[in-house]
Amino acid sequence: MAKEKITGAEAMMRSLEYQGVKTLFGYPGGSIMPTFDALYHHRDTLNHILVRHEQGAAHAAQGFARVSGEVGVCLVTSGPGATNTITGIADAMIDSTPIVVIAGQVGASFLGTDAFQEVDLVGVTQPITKWSYQIRRAEDVAWAVARAFYIAKSGRPGPVVLDFAKNAQVEMVDYEPMKLDFIRSYDPEPNPDKESLQEAAELINNAQRPLVLVGQGVELGNAQDELRAFIEKADMPCGCTLLGLSAIPTSHPLNKGMLGMHGNLGPNVKTNECDVLIAVGMRFDDRVTGKLDTYAKQAKIIHLDIDHSEIDKNVKVDVPVLGNCKHTLAMLTQLIRENKHSEWIDSFTEYEKTEYEHVISKEIHPAGGALNMGEVVRAVSEASNNEAVLVTDVGQNQMMAARYFKYSKNRSIVTSGGLGTMGFGLPAAIGATFGRPDRTVCVFMGDGGLQMNIQELGTVMEQKAPVKIILLNNNYLGNVRQWQAMFFGHRYSFTPMLNPDYMKIAEAYEIPARRVMKREELQDAIHEMLAADGPFLLEACVIEEGNVLPMTPPGGSVNQMLLEC
Amino acid sequence: MDKTLYTLIVHSENIAGLLNQITAVFTRRQINIESLNVSASSIKGVHKYTITAWTTQDVIEKVVKQIEKKIDVLQAHYFTDSEIYQHEIALYKVSTPEFQENPMASKVIRRYSARIVEVNPVFSIVEKNGMSEEITALYEELRGLGCVLQFVRSGRVAITTSCFERVNEYLTQREEKYRQQKME
Repeated sequence: MAKEKITGAEAMMRSLEYQGVKTLFGYPGGSIMPTFDALYHHRDTLNHILVRHEQGAAHAAQGFARVSGEVGVCLVTSGPGATNTITGIADAMIDSTPIVVIAGQVGASFLGTDAFQEVDLVGVTQPITKWSYQIRRAEDVAWAVARAFYIAKSGRPGPVVLDFAKNAQVEMVDYEPMKLDFIRSYDPEPNPDKESLQEAAELINNAQRPLVLVGQGVELGNAQDELRAFIEKADMPCGCTLLGLSAIPTSHPLNKGMLGMHGNLGPNVKTNECDVLIAVGMRFDDRVTGKLDTYAKQAKIIHLDIDHSEIDKNVKVDVPVLGNCKHTLAMLTQLIRENKHSEWIDSFTEYEKTEYEHVISKEIHPAGGALNMGEVVRAVSEASNNEAVLVTDVGQNQMMAARYFKYSKNRSIVTSGGLGTMGFGLPAAIGATFGRPDRTVCVFMGDGGLQMNIQELGTVMEQKAPVKIILLNNNYLGNVRQWQAMFFGHRYSFTPMLNPDYMKIAEAYEIPARRVMKREELQDAIHEMLAADGPFLLEACVIEEGNVLPMTPPGGSVNQMLLEC
Repeated sequence: MDKTLYTLIVHSENIAGLLNQITAVFTRRQINIESLNVSASSIKGVHKYTITAWTTQDVIEKVVKQIEKKIDVLQAHYFTDSEIYQHEIALYKVSTPEFQENPMASKVIRRYSARIVEVNPVFSIVEKNGMSEEITALYEELRGLGCVLQFVRSGRVAITTSCFERVNEYLTQREEKYRQQKME
């Protein structure tokens, strides 16, 4: 291809197009203006979504990436524009989400002088990115963008920051598109080791009570089919982490539910009864393991992961299997015998019954009183034929949504797992509607979290983004309130909250809305919401002091879940 | 758990900001870096870090993996003292008059195989290469004689006792894997 002299900003646009980018989320400002000027000429091919706050751009890019499997892109200015994206970058890092944040930066000659809107973005973001790089020369644009996208999406995905100095945006360069698929110091997918696969297969073949833990790695590796073949061949029950919930349909007979602090009783208790524990693409987070000293001590542990540094990080494992689980699961399935574990699988039933009687039936079929959070979630899930993308905020709404929503399709849950970012839900849901415009996107928010990025209702309005917002309003910061009730002597220290009139807010943003107080109105309101062509806000006024159960108390063991509080 | 002095040898691409990324892994776990030496390695464009820190085997294993995870780090390994040949250098500035008055001083210098690299009427400089303990011991003895004006020591440099350079092997493997990927 013939070289052509263009500006660095124009080179950035062409490089993004060359990477296949069609959507970006951003906000203009001083030091990124040359790039926004170049974007003006590319607005037919690069759909730029103007958010209302840069944090919204970062979460929207995350939501986009999580549902589509593509890289989410943000374009923001230097200084405050860049620092506003930091929560989203940290969130993407801990939840392995591929995003590229392009931020303006002061010109190279001003660097280090405390210039207007200068912040050492590379320095600030180094610990929370997979890679962070400052583009100081226009001729580096093509290379840096190619490297950024390759790093963001390969191996264990993660966020990349490109700090784009203003002089590099305006200087001229002989542009040539660039592809990059090799960095000698970076091995994104370690080769699976035949011996450890053999050892793992042997353990599985001799297991009487195997249990598989399904993490987001299965979705990231696009290994959902391989996972099913694997567990079906040896007839092994599985539990899913919060981020792995939609890697296998809820209705699959071997899917025994969610792991973790507010997960299902069966898979948690059985973690401490199984004889072989097979963890796939998960990282033994403390919210999953509870007290480490008592976690699965009786079991031989096999850990399939793409990231070497996850092996033995929290839980010492007997057989690590490195590699992309799309390949390692397939290889392992070849090596294992067909098997039946009926008695072991049946032993989950007792716990399912107990949980249903003590928790689930009360939550979704209450005898009377105010609406429960769980019943709203289940009603929305069923009304959408269990096919919607679930986005959640953080807190009780998140745990209730994760527990009571049903998943039938891959990549159907978008939630802030590792970082627990309140305010994540609304912008992430906006991003999800652009990532999968063919799917219904339902976001469950609390009254606390909705107000943390409420300005993004402006983005919903402008884009007519078909986000179905379900506000579970209990007039409390519910999760903290629950902990205060359980562990801090009911001292509700700053958790009751005075709320605005959300119907008026929705009206101001021209978003159709409905408030539901009574059980009888719920179904009708949900149908109205799902039938609406475009966004909708459904405010469900739910029980004020509802609790998420069961619960492994902080520092407790996985087999000691509380059924009431 | 008992702490051991571990020596980490890290090879990385020569990219600005990488030292920061490597030390941040220690900072995050509140591990003090005992000594640190960074220099160009024998391979063009590759830098070598020699880092020592007191910690447990469990922790050092995790630290090494987290360092190796950095995109521009080629390899990281940890060693105990028995697995490496290690060296430090130290300079001792002593007062020349006091040094000359004390007959013990030159004996000490000879006993430690140190050398005097500068002498002027005011001060002299003693240089000592060797193991960390010897350097400390010489300092203690000279201080005992009351003539030390200044003392400085380098970070540790170390070489493994195995007969091949792992980084070369690693780079060959990486090129090979890439070639195979291309063929597939």
